[in-house]
Amino acid sequence: MDSRRLNKWLISGPPLLYLVLFFAIPTLIMVVASFRYPGDFGGLAPLVEQGEDGRRVVNLTLENYQRFFSDALYAELFLKSFWYAVITTAVCLVIAYPLAILIARSPKRHRDLLVLLVILPFWSNFLIRVYAWMIILGPQSVFTGALNAVLGWFGFEPVRLLFTPFAVVVGLVYVHLPFMVLPLYANLEKHDPALLDAAQDLGAGAWQRFWRVTFPLSLPGVFAGAALVFIPAFGIFAIPDILGGTGGIMIGNVIKQQFLDTRDWPFGSVLSMVLTIVAVALAGLAAWYARRARALA
Amino acid sequence: MALLEIRDVTRRFGDFTAVDNVSLSIEAGEFFCLLGPSGCGKTTLLRMVAGFDAPNGGSIWLDGKDMTGVPPEKRNVHTVFQSYALFPHMTVADNVGFPLKMAGLDAAAIKARVVEALDDVSLAGFSARYPNELSGGQRQRVAVARALINRPKLLLLDEPLAALDAKLKERMQLELITLQKEVGIAFVYVTHDQQEALALAHRMAVMNHGRVEQLDEPSRIYSFPKNRFVADFIGTCNILDAEVVRVESGRMRLRIDGLGEVAAIQTDSARAGDKGVLALRPEQVAIGPQLQPDPDENHFAGKVFDFLYLGDVTVYVVELPNGSRVEAMLPNSAPGRAKFFEPGDAVEISWRLDAGRFLTD
Repeated sequence: MDSRRLNKWLISGPPLLYLVLFFAIPTLIMVVASFRYPGDFGGLAPLVEQGEDGRRVVNLTLENYQRFFSDALYAELFLKSFWYAVITTAVCLVIAYPLAILIARSPKRHRDLLVLLVILPFWSNFLIRVYAWMIILGPQSVFTGALNAVLGWFGFEPVRLLFTPFAVVVGLVYVHLPFMVLPLYANLEKHDPALLDAAQDLGAGAWQRFWRVTFPLSLPGVFAGAALVFIPAFGIFAIPDILGGTGGIMIGNVIKQQFLDTRDWPFGSVLSMVLTIVAVALAGLAAWYARRARALA
Repeated sequence: MALLEIRDVTRRFGDFTAVDNVSLSIEAGEFFCLLGPSGCGKTTLLRMVAGFDAPNGGSIWLDGKDMTGVPPEKRNVHTVFQSYALFPHMTVADNVGFPLKMAGLDAAAIKARVVEALDDVSLAGFSARYPNELSGGQRQRVAVARALINRPKLLLLDEPLAALDAKLKERMQLELITLQKEVGIAFVYVTHDQQEALALAHRMAVMNHGRVEQLDEPSRIYSFPKNRFVADFIGTCNILDAEVVRVESGRMRLRIDGLGEVAAIQTDSARAGDKGVLALRPEQVAIGPQLQPDPDENHFAGKVFDFLYLGDVTVYVVELPNGSRVEAMLPNSAPGRAKFFEPGDAVEISWRLDAGRFLTD
């Protein structure tokens, strides 16, 4: 083997090995598990058994998938999680876009500091930050108190914030916002300012310059950010667990329940497979759009 | 009243004065060049005309209206940017139609005008292409077509040919001249390339350190540079330190250190004792193994130090007894001969007394 090929393997080998060990093989295990029978005391029944007639039988079944498709509850949960993820993505986009423009257009020497501020929350534990929202949205908090006071002036009943879908979306947006800001910023920062000058020169006002130049050129960043927010938000269980209460559960909670509480691993695997397929399909779509948009840039 | 009037415009960036009290006016239908080295303020001036920057002092008038406070999108002036700034996500047709869309025209009208505009710049078959599918010259033409489509009063061009190779550049220069004549819109063309300015402009302003050093027709600027900077910046020029010895009846005698006295045409303001330079174009210096003395010529003997063979002409660098070097240009038009002199050859040079110009700094 010549040294160039050796170098190529040395560089790509470790990440490849990592992906095979911790992504491909576990996924394959899940695929197989989704066709197996649950064990008598949870977990999985043996895959290969000695039958009564002494022949070896392989225990595989479509029952788990049948169960998924015969009970509308699961589809509803998927749909609900899907909407939570869509709303989260949309809200993240609306908040992140101005922020990313602000960073991209601020003087070069300030940009690194501003980006650092965006990723600063990553330095503390994710769960601690979500628990903090439990306090902020809790009935005793200053925020909730002030909100209800204002509502009271206008004659509305006080509202509960914690353990509602609203709290879940707040938590989802909060946690995923940096994943939207960073790819958007990376994209916007590369825009040639001469394009905006040209648009203005040719008669475009501020609003036209944004919609006809900045926004279409930022689409690769929008799709990248949307994928980075949507996919994890779709399957998350920690945030609805902490902030959602009983009404706020998402599909991730059910999957976790199947594995840890009900201990029905095959059915948990089915839910995971459906989640993965939907997420991969959407991510593929986003990547395709992003590539098409980028090809022109 | 002129189409564009720049009145006492000054632009400062902190302590740096980019444009220093510039006044000039541009007539309708004119091809005007702003020429100067980088940092001379020509691009800053252009940006102020376009409206991207505002002067600290003075005012800019377009078609009789004061442009102070008028944003770029409201000025009837379009710019062709150095990078062309074509919108990469739009087709050629959408790029060219952009100004019409901004002006609120309906799709059918835009389409008809775009077809016409692309035809004018010989890009008829390219309307569905994207900018990254075009060559440099094609992009340049799209940029020009886009800037001209809704017929602005004035077109500003910021070094639009700087990124093209020499051959293509020459072709595009000819195209621009033809196009400008056809559309009849005034062009203000910024460049640091003196040859380009000489080739394109009806009139040109030579700028340095934020000021206009000289404003005139190209041939007059080339032949009658006003000062040392202009002489040196436009074309090549022999520059010899000189001092006025005496002025008499339309002529003057100049002393050049270590070489002796030379004769020149009197310049209006020159007085005996003035120090300055003698500027002499190489093509006005004759060179030969032996030249006939002539009372109307300055005459020196020297030695060929080196030469630059340029194909059509050869520039000989002649070293004079005082050690100064003078460039003399000789056309290579004599049949059967590629070259006349070798380094080390003893030669004589001469120039007519009205060829050299005495300039103070």
